[in-house]
Amino acid sequence: MEVHMIILTGVLVTVAVYLLLSRNMIRMILGTAVLSHAVHLLLITMGGAAEGHVPLLGESDGPYVDALPQALILTAIVISFATTAFLLVLAYRTYEETGTDDLNYLRRVRRE
Amino acid sequence: MNNILVLPMVIPLLTGFVLFFLRPSVRAQKLVASLSILSLIAVSVRMLLKIRDAGILRLDFGGWKPPFGILFVGDSFAALLVLTTSIVSGLILFYAFAATERRHENMFFYPFSFFLVAGVNGSLLTGDLFNLFVCFEVMLLASYVLVTLGGGKSQLAESMKYVAINVVASWFFLVALAFLYGTIGTLNMAHISVRVAEAGQGPLLSAIAVIFLIVFALKAGLLLYFWLPGSYSSPPAPVAALFAALLTKVGVYAMFRVFTLIFYHDSSITHGLIGAMAVLTLAGGSLGAVAYKDIRVIASYNVVIAVGFMMLGLAVFNEAAFRGSVYYLIHDMVIKALLFLAVGSMILLTGESRIDRMSGLIRNYPLLGWLFFITMLSLAGIPPFSGFIGKVYTGLGAVEGGNYWLLLAGFLSSLFVLYSLLRIFMNCFWGETTITREEQRPLNKKKLIPLSLLGALTLAIGVGTQVLAPFVADAAHVLANPEIYIEAVLGEVQPDE
Repeated sequence: MEVHMIILTGVLVTVAVYLLLSRNMIRMILGTAVLSHAVHLLLITMGGAAEGHVPLLGESDGPYVDALPQALILTAIVISFATTAFLLVLAYRTYEETGTDDLNYLRRVRRE
Repeated sequence: MNNILVLPMVIPLLTGFVLFFLRPSVRAQKLVASLSILSLIAVSVRMLLKIRDAGILRLDFGGWKPPFGILFVGDSFAALLVLTTSIVSGLILFYAFAATERRHENMFFYPFSFFLVAGVNGSLLTGDLFNLFVCFEVMLLASYVLVTLGGGKSQLAESMKYVAINVVASWFFLVALAFLYGTIGTLNMAHISVRVAEAGQGPLLSAIAVIFLIVFALKAGLLLYFWLPGSYSSPPAPVAALFAALLTKVGVYAMFRVFTLIFYHDSSITHGLIGAMAVLTLAGGSLGAVAYKDIRVIASYNVVIAVGFMMLGLAVFNEAAFRGSVYYLIHDMVIKALLFLAVGSMILLTGESRIDRMSGLIRNYPLLGWLFFITMLSLAGIPPFSGFIGKVYTGLGAVEGGNYWLLLAGFLSSLFVLYSLLRIFMNCFWGETTITREEQRPLNKKKLIPLSLLGALTLAIGVGTQVLAPFVADAAHVLANPEIYIEAVLGEVQPDE
């Protein structure tokens, strides 16, 4: 199970890096979103996702799964949600101002 | 209880929320902001004195004993920086009261400045590595808003780069945390330190340490500073000053915390790497500072040089060098605020940002000219000002540790700092005046007062080093002896095994 998840993490990172390096602004933002999913998956795998039961007393005799990584992921998801939302608004504003979503063109705008 | 520890984060956070609702009245915003900053300074001073009397303070949230809960830890190092943050951000805000355009003030400039301060103070005080990540994000999200606020084309394009690079850096932070948690199984910094010491810092932990190094290097602008000059030179002066004074310094602080408390065992890898990166940063920053003609870019490269210099202390790794770095951190927060505000004022007054298009400003604005002169001397490390003492101790530490190359790089960079600022001073302040008395734009007192206060502060730190000395000595002592920190956090609760 863990091996599968690690491989999936790797695939997600690959996709994200490809998207991040593209010239289109929206693709880049999608890249950051996929990147954050990859690391969330990594976090949950690090907590030992596969073995153990729900960490609630009285539900089972254990061994319990570590609950902390899930709390961490929840926090990280909220943060990446906020950042992605901000990035999308920023991209829209940049598009309104400059009339382009091409990052190569934006690079030229910078030193005008 | 040590509830005072959480106040430096809670006060600015609540102020930020209150300011949101005061949007229609700029006057009310300014009043609340001033009161909040004053109380923040009072709380920071009280916290510093309490730490002097009672040793390292700890606050366990919700009564969860370490290593299980999130906690705030206040030692002298953190408290000194919290105090400096409060004072410097207060003075920058007072400048902003006079210099910020109405459309920015209406668009939540002040609330987000306070959220930024909350994030900075939280990062300084937290004793939990994941909480450090969260506080970093609070600070960064506020900075994203500030950097884009009211931006035109080039500012937006620059912000895009800034946000993207920080998102990637935060991603690396999470990766490092995931690996560390998978290896060590705890997030409390003191507890991590204990477990790393027990397990020995093998190749796996060293690799994790290097990921942390990359994360903080990106945030602090250590070697990975390529994003910094662009994004620090495009926003308006008060925002640029907040960034230059606070943001990179938090990265530097985190680097000191992590590499003195947790990953100090295999110094040949991590600290050797930090030393090499520091020297390259000094070289790159120096070249940048003398290569450009835009005064904002020159000032931004000076930020890079300062980060390199502070990192020398961490690379040398002894108590004297730590003391130098702590002094230099405090000094640099003050002086970078002054430098960016002075540069911002020059641009505001002349409408130009290139050194070859300004001349003879000292005749029009004598006080601004002298303040810039003080900034230059202080940054170069000339005795009566605050830069001197930090450089002396870092130098002493480097001699003690036999790191003569680092010493040489550090002091050579000071010459470049002096040259780059002297170039601004000679071109912009000396020579023929180009502005006549009639068309001279007034530089009002409201802007000059915070600038003068920052100038007075750099002189006061330089002259009154005696007052700071016991706190700085204690801060350096704790950095050099991590067991004091661990004892204070895990003292009565014995770690497992």
